[in-house]
Amino acid sequence: MKEHDLTLGEELRRQGISRRSFLKFCAGVASSMAIPAAMVPAMADSLAQARRQPAIMMAYQECTGCLESLTRSFAPTLENLIFNFISLDFQHALQAAAGDQAVEAIKTSMKENWGKYLLLVDGSIPLNDDGIYSVSHGQSHLDSLRELGEGAAAIVSIGTCASFGGIGAASPNPTGAVGVDQIITDKPILNVPGCPPMPEVMTGVLTSFLAFGALPEVDSLKRPRAFFGDTIHDRCYRRTFYDQGKFADSFDDEGARNGWCLYKLGCKGPITHNACATLKFNEGVSWPIQSGHGCLGCSEPNFWDKEGFYKPLSAGQWGSAEGIAAAAAAGVALGAVSAVMSRRNQNKISGGK
Amino acid sequence: MTLLDFARGPAMQIAIIIFVAGILWRLVGVWALRQKKDLSEARQTGAWVGGLKGLFVHAWPYKPFVPKVGAQYIIGYIIHLGLFIVLIFGTPHMLFFADIVGFTWWTLPGGVITAVAVITTLALFVALIKRLVNPVQRLISNFDDYATWFVTTAPFVTGLITNMNMWPDYETGLAIHLLSVWLLLIYFPFGKLMHSFWFVVSRYTTGSRFARRGGMA
Ligand code: HEM
Ligand code: HEM
Ligand code: HEM
Ligand code: SF4
Repeated sequence: MKEHDLTLGEELRRQGISRRSFLKFCAGVASSMAIPAAMVPAMADSLAQARRQPAIMMAYQECTGCLESLTRSFAPTLENLIFNFISLDFQHALQAAAGDQAVEAIKTSMKENWGKYLLLVDGSIPLNDDGIYSVSHGQSHLDSLRELGEGAAAIVSIGTCASFGGIGAASPNPTGAVGVDQIITDKPILNVPGCPPMPEVMTGVLTSFLAFGALPEVDSLKRPRAFFGDTIHDRCYRRTFYDQGKFADSFDDEGARNGWCLYKLGCKGPITHNACATLKFNEGVSWPIQSGHGCLGCSEPNFWDKEGFYKPLSAGQWGSAEGIAAAAAAGVALGAVSAVMSRRNQNKISGGK
Repeated sequence: MTLLDFARGPAMQIAIIIFVAGILWRLVGVWALRQKKDLSEARQTGAWVGGLKGLFVHAWPYKPFVPKVGAQYIIGYIIHLGLFIVLIFGTPHMLFFADIVGFTWWTLPGGVITAVAVITTLALFVALIKRLVNPVQRLISNFDDYATWFVTTAPFVTGLITNMNMWPDYETGLAIHLLSVWLLLIYFPFGKLMHSFWFVVSRYTTGSRFARRGGMA
């Protein structure tokens, strides 16, 4: 039998992985995705029946940080297996083929799996000037996305750039960068934002796609609710300090050393939906707030354009204060005019006395 | 742009522009009026002392009136002190002003602020009920009185809901809280909230005029 045709269950047996550890993995994914425990055996069975899912992963206007995050943390575990089990027919940084050969690989996979393949995208897509600012192999990423999107069963936008435009779309957004769902509107699209995104979220999404054949339930920004339902602030281990009013005032004061809340130092945890506070990075080693830095809000749209990472959330975004100076002048002028008019009126009534 | 970005950015700028222009318009407009000449002969000198006294003398009612209006005063104090404490000593609020003035100050724990906010909100509702139930007060109340009550109460209610995380999602709740504050600012110059400014003017004026005529403030 060709390796390609094995079901996931067969693949597991071939690699000598016990049903017990497979169930454990399923239970882990299920609990992280709020799937009821009673459904775990059924989920495991349907997952074991799953055949290789053809997938094409395209890198557009991006920094490869997402891929680093996804691959780095995949220790040789079941997560790794799931990731490997999807048959990644194209990923330019991971595959051996290059140039014409690589493009040929996309074309072949597209043709063979038309309507069935999963399209994974990282990086934003520039729209300005027909997308000329980001081009591979002579084709703009805009055209590439349109072409690949047409034959995809579903699209997963990996990282904040593919989801919302990301750094590429930072003001003044010279390339007109946008996220995938601004271009493709007629396909199921799932956003897994984060800069970088959490690998466990990818595993969870892929696992549930393999097991249930559909993308998981999403919020208004198309993020899987299971991982993005709570804010960082909801789950933050420093939350008690917030409630007690104990804050770090600088990165090197007593409060910072005591691990107090980072709100005053600009933490955007209260408005950021992500799972870092519970899953953490690098297999649960740490995460930004644990290492002493406020949350930047990297899984939210426009997180870089909120007037600075160190500005407290409750502070205003002033832009320029000229408008206010002008308003003050206008107010004084208005007041003077109305006073003159009233004086005239007073004079009229009193006959100038 | 999300609702929160709108609330933190453009909505705030517009509200503050209207607030600043409106306040200055009304202050300059009144101060530049021709003052009423007092043609009577001053019965005593130092009317200004009476004016200053006037600022404080009504801080508590004249004794015989205490049973009648004492409760109203207490409610008023709770509302205004609560407003002051929540706005100045709530950490997120302090940080808003610190961003403008450039320095920070000591704040109260969130739990204390929540308690003060709950008491203040209750006092605001008591004031409203009194206004509706008392026939005289009801008769002299117009739209402005109710609008003033509403724009003052809304930030308290939305702030508490945000703090208790009772909105479907926090960032929309925070945005609604901010928008309710901007509504307060926009309404401020054009209604009875101007009493925060006129209070000093009117009490000084009344006090000094009474004093000039030889009366008590
Ligand atoms: C220096 C600042 C202020 C002074 C001296 C002041 C003084 C007063 C006085 C004397 C009254 C009437 C008596 C009472 O009901 O307590 C009053 C009522 C009221 N004030 Fe203020 N005030 C100030 C600022 C504010 C501000 C900033 C707000 C809201 C943002 C506010 C909201 C109200 C409301 C809603 C009432 C009516 C209460 C009711 O319905 O009984 N005040 N204020
Ligand atoms: C200057 C603009 C203001 C900003 C930027 C602002 C912002 C905030 C923020 C970020 C919170 C925290 C919510 C939380 O703890 O999760 C909050 C809470 C609150 N705000 Fe404001 N606010 C402003 C003005 C006001 C005003 C004018 C009032 C009252 C009239 C008010 C009443 C409250 C209350 C009652 C709470 C709940 C406090 C607690 O329970 O700890 N806010 N506000
Ligand atoms: C519950 C009812 C009342 C409320 C909510 C109320 C509210 C206020 C407010 C907010 C002010 C300051 C506004 C400004 O300076 O323009 C004020 C001033 C004033 N009120 Fe009232 N008031 C009430 C009842 C009365 C009554 C019954 C009288 C007289 C019989 C009165 C006489 C005055 C006078 C003379 C001033 C201006 C001088 C001063 O501030 O001491 N008020 N009132
Ligand atoms: S550090 Fe940030 S997320 Fe954690 S409690 Fe403080 S404000 Fe909330």
